[in-house]
Amino acid sequence: MIIYGVALLSICTLLGVLIGDLLGAAIGVKANVGGVGFAMLLLLFFSEHLKSSGRFVQQSSQGVAFWTAMYIPIVVAMAAQQNVLGAIKGGPMALIAGALATVVCFALIPVIDRIGRPELEPQPAEQQPSGQHRPGETA
Amino acid sequence: MTSTLDILTSVLVKNGLLTAFAVVGITMWVSYVLSARLTRGHLQGSALAIMLGLLMAYIGGVVTGGKNGVVDIKLLSGIGLLGGAMLRDFAIVSTAYGATLTDMRKCGVSGIISLFLGVVLSFVVGGAVAMAFGYTDAVSIATIGAGAVTYIVGPVTGAAIGASSELIALSIAAGLVKSVMVMIGTPFFAKYIGLDNPRTAMVFGGMMGTTSGVCGGLAAVDPKLVPYGAMTSTFYTGLGCLMGPSVLFFATRALIG
Repeated sequence: MIIYGVALLSICTLLGVLIGDLLGAAIGVKANVGGVGFAMLLLLFFSEHLKSSGRFVQQSSQGVAFWTAMYIPIVVAMAAQQNVLGAIKGGPMALIAGALATVVCFALIPVIDRIGRPELEPQPAEQQPSGQHRPGETA
Repeated sequence: MTSTLDILTSVLVKNGLLTAFAVVGITMWVSYVLSARLTRGHLQGSALAIMLGLLMAYIGGVVTGGKNGVVDIKLLSGIGLLGGAMLRDFAIVSTAYGATLTDMRKCGVSGIISLFLGVVLSFVVGGAVAMAFGYTDAVSIATIGAGAVTYIVGPVTGAAIGASSELIALSIAAGLVKSVMVMIGTPFFAKYIGLDNPRTAMVFGGMMGTTSGVCGGLAAVDPKLVPYGAMTSTFYTGLGCLMGPSVLFFATRALIG
């Protein structure tokens, strides 16, 4: 049933956000620390587990697929409620600080991309089935 | 006649989420038509839709003087629900379904390096700009630097180290500029940084950090890459909130004296 997929997605999102809030409170940060990231990992683990045991059927996955397809429209709605006027009215200093940080980080992406590559390149050869993790990778 | 209009308005307001679906759906359709006719598909329909969204947000801000773009227009308040944190997070999490754990683990190290580098570098650049504009105290420099990290890290840091509300507003503005620039700029510059695979998407998420910008930008480049960028960028704000008022502020104070 489609609702099983929607329910699984909801449970993972709620759990993830809960973990993020708890982690934030534990380390004294007034923010959700990686909640969505944890939720994504939970969904990956659960759905792979359910699929491999044959309990997550096509119909259920439609409940997740619908929201994936809704993602871009939701981003458009999110864009429509940004404080764009505020960003422009912040004056030259705010504009330059934001813009320069964006440009510098963007320009360095290929460099970081290269740093990680050599030490990780040989690994696909000894790739194991998912679900296990090797020390060092998630350090 | 006025009463008919009143009834129409009240129906649209009462069914705000449905109004939002309709408005966003029409916006997407217009964008895809414009993309095909005017740019022959060079500028993706979804990228155009996000720009239209931002343009509407600007108009909404000018018309109402509020901070929430079109949401401050009563008729369009449902957009706030559709594009709000709850459904946004829900939809971002759902994209993980198309990702694979093996891809995520393969890029784990570069993702983590990019997270730390992205936060520190944005902070330093933002702080340097603040100094160039004549700020000399550590609190101001750190608050603006944190704003260049994201528009959430700015106010969290500013509040923690006792910055004035004017400074906090500036730091939010810096973060907003970043978010808007990433949303708009990513589709144009994606090919120059090789943004076409999960690994680069994770590095991109870690370096840019601003979740709305990263997810909007990636959606316009290739929706398949969204989960990888979202994964790292979601840890970025948390890391920024952690480092901003502590390590980064102390380092700034030590350097400025």
